Amino acid sequence: MPVLAYIASPRSGEKSKLLQQLNAMQHCEAFSADNAEILILVTDTPDTEAEKKLQKQLNRLEALESLSMTFGYNDELQYKGEGDGHED
Amino acid sequence: MAMKIDRRSFVKSAAAASAVATAASLFPGISFAGWKQLEGATGMIRWEKAPCRFCGTGCGVLVGVSGDRAVAVKGDPACSVNKGLCCVKGYHSVQALYGKDRITRAQVRKNGKMVEVPIQEALDIIAAKMKETISKHGKDSVAMYGSGQWSIPDGYVASKLFKGCIGTNNVEANARLCMASAVTGFMTSFGLDEPMGCYEDIDYANVFITWGNNMAEMHPVLFSRMLAQRKRRSDVTIIDFATRSTRTSQAADKSILFNPQTDLAVANAICYEIIRNDWVNWDFVNKHVSFHKGLTNIGYGLEDNFAFQDKGEGIDFEQYKAFLQDYTPEKVEKISGVSARDIKYMASLYGDPTKKVTSFWCMGMNQHTRGTWINNLVYNIHLLVGKISTPGNSPFSLTGQPSACGTVREVGTLTHKLPHGVVMNKEAREMAEKIWDLPAGSIDPKPTYHTVEMFRALDRGDIRFMWIQVTNPMVTMPKLRRYRDGALKEDRFIVVSDVYPTPTTDVADVILPAAMWVEQEGMFGNSERRTQHFDEIIPPPGEAMSDTWQIIEVARRLGYEKQFPWSQEEYIPRIWEEYRRFHDSPKHNMAPYKVLKARSGVQWPFVNGKETRWRYNAEYDPACSNGEDIHFYGKKDNRAWIWARPYEPAAESPDQEYNFWLNTGRVIEHWHTGSMTRRVPVLHNSMPAAYVEINPDDAADMGIVNGEMVRIISRRGEVTMPASINGRGVPPRGMVFVPFFDESYLINEVTLDAFCPISKQPDYKKCAVKLEKA
Repeated sequence: MPVLAYIASPRSGEKSKLLQQLNAMQHCEAFSADNAEILILVTDTPDTEAEKKLQKQLNRLEALESLSMTFGYNDELQYKGEGDGHED
Repeated sequence: MAMKIDRRSFVKSAAAASAVATAASLFPGISFAGWKQLEGATGMIRWEKAPCRFCGTGCGVLVGVSGDRAVAVKGDPACSVNKGLCCVKGYHSVQALYGKDRITRAQVRKNGKMVEVPIQEALDIIAAKMKETISKHGKDSVAMYGSGQWSIPDGYVASKLFKGCIGTNNVEANARLCMASAVTGFMTSFGLDEPMGCYEDIDYANVFITWGNNMAEMHPVLFSRMLAQRKRRSDVTIIDFATRSTRTSQAADKSILFNPQTDLAVANAICYEIIRNDWVNWDFVNKHVSFHKGLTNIGYGLEDNFAFQDKGEGIDFEQYKAFLQDYTPEKVEKISGVSARDIKYMASLYGDPTKKVTSFWCMGMNQHTRGTWINNLVYNIHLLVGKISTPGNSPFSLTGQPSACGTVREVGTLTHKLPHGVVMNKEAREMAEKIWDLPAGSIDPKPTYHTVEMFRALDRGDIRFMWIQVTNPMVTMPKLRRYRDGALKEDRFIVVSDVYPTPTTDVADVILPAAMWVEQEGMFGNSERRTQHFDEIIPPPGEAMSDTWQIIEVARRLGYEKQFPWSQEEYIPRIWEEYRRFHDSPKHNMAPYKVLKARSGVQWPFVNGKETRWRYNAEYDPACSNGEDIHFYGKKDNRAWIWARPYEPAAESPDQEYNFWLNTGRVIEHWHTGSMTRRVPVLHNSMPAAYVEINPDDAADMGIVNGEMVRIISRRGEVTMPASINGRGVPPRGMVFVPFFDESYLINEVTLDAFCPISKQPDYKKCAVKLEKA
């Protein structure tokens, strides 16, 4: 169940279009900077398969210049510790 | 307003906050009005200042809070330590608050099983057990073992309760394992603890020499400041002087490897060369330095109740020069493995009057059976050439923990120390008894046990009750098996205050849930004499309670209400203002509470509203009073002391059977035993397990390939773990290196509990092992 966050750079003049496209995609939430040509994208996919599919879709977006990951979280890879866990 | 969000939404909110924080560092002034539309985010983030939770650098961070959750971290641009930068641990530090198995309720062992109880019941049990133990076995049968990760108020109330109220000097802290040699080095050379310089030295130095100090991983923000200076200025050189190749070696201009323990001989050889070439700053030496020698063949502390007291004796320069005749570069080359040419090169850097030189060290010199001596010897070099206490000229002992200086060294949470002075000193005891409102004679004038001896006393049964806070000795004690078995013996009672389950909570009879970092108000003190205040920014989970308040609760149950009268609303400022009274002099004055609260750290001595950047330098330090540019006022002769200290071998060296050196240490991703950072997914995934670094030629000789399991065997124990060949660190032939962050591979089952007889700090860098393919 990966949750990832990125700084997304649109191609020149395509910030609004990219924002619209990203928010239309499943597992994606995006918001744009008010005063800079970048967006923040947060993805939340249910499993690795969905994550791979989403990555392919993102690669096909023409309005997207680049993605820089700033945060990664995956339940399946998290250290479990030795306790039985008190919250989830 | 607090709001509840589920874990998934929280992770998403943290992810977004992380991206926003990164964007803010790339595009200053950037804003994101659309953020509040994201599920789980309140849309409002407030940023609160704090020092980083992890190492002793003391980076200022801004913690982003959404609702009642900490969701992001960015470097505090107002903090001069890091100027807005953080390392990978710092950026992910808030995630360490939210591991799934966080301890939120007190637990008590009943019929062999840990069961949850209300925290007030657990505190009643602790107080009752302490009373019973003292009544049966005397005041010195109860002990407190704390930490350089204790906040200053934590350590202060621990010292007040145990040393003042109970009257036992059974107070120690894990900084004994990381900083004690630095303390005794400062005390023997200067008469006062803690560095004379500050991080601003980095902005002025032309030469940086790292003595057994992998700064690239252990102090990455300071290391990046060094690299930035080298990029900006054409006259900056970095020399890595170490026993194994690391990321620091890769980034340095020159890497020089020495055989373990022989740094003593090389430091003396550098001094020999400085004198031979007449690079001595005679004006400085004649005015500000005196020469001394101490006892030799001083032992290693391997036996219980080992005792040693050094005996200093004045010598003259000619006697010192004669002592150095055994340390010509050619003679030292033979034992150290460092070429005479490289020794002369290092001497020439220190000796060149046009270059400003800063030496950095940390565990390599401190975790050393002659730790005090090697600290003395590096000071000798700087003193001979007069490169000290001026911008860019600095022998600089770095700290490992966020408050090893603030809490352990300044508050004095070691057996022989008080907040001001030592227990052996009548005036220091009287001062403490007066400030603590205790009858005269309450404080015992005799120190009891340093850390290794304290755990030996627990094993022997001289100590029956031990309260452990903010540390994990069942991973970190050398020769671990003895001390774990000791803790598990019948009729031993162990209390552990912590935030996550660890091998130490496994031996506990009572576990108290502790508030962590910004879940409580407090102060840390970093490596450069900087005290850093942090507020309670978010509430602690469940019944978690600050370590300070846990001690106050127990102290009141023991009948010491008069000494611990404060309310929960104001106990931190009241404790701080009481503590400040101990340091009320131009040599150590601390900033008032209001000043600390307002700023991103304040350096002491804080006198007439001004911080002191370079001690002993009359231009900066108001305590200087001799009318000269420099005044080493810590010693009675108003001079810094150069010590004739010889090379002596390690406590245990490789032989035919145990033919490898074992060196242990840390990695950039994990903080000490990993109990916090291994709960941070990004950090855990990037370094999920420990390994043993083996030299590729040794591995080839033994037919070991990368990732293959290898058994490391010493006379104390063994551990089996995967091999790392040509990884991020490469030891020389005949040495292996193992990081200690991973409780699945307890490398301290293998290490030796030898220590420096002066500082009592163990040597985790040198013992003999053999290897087998598993």
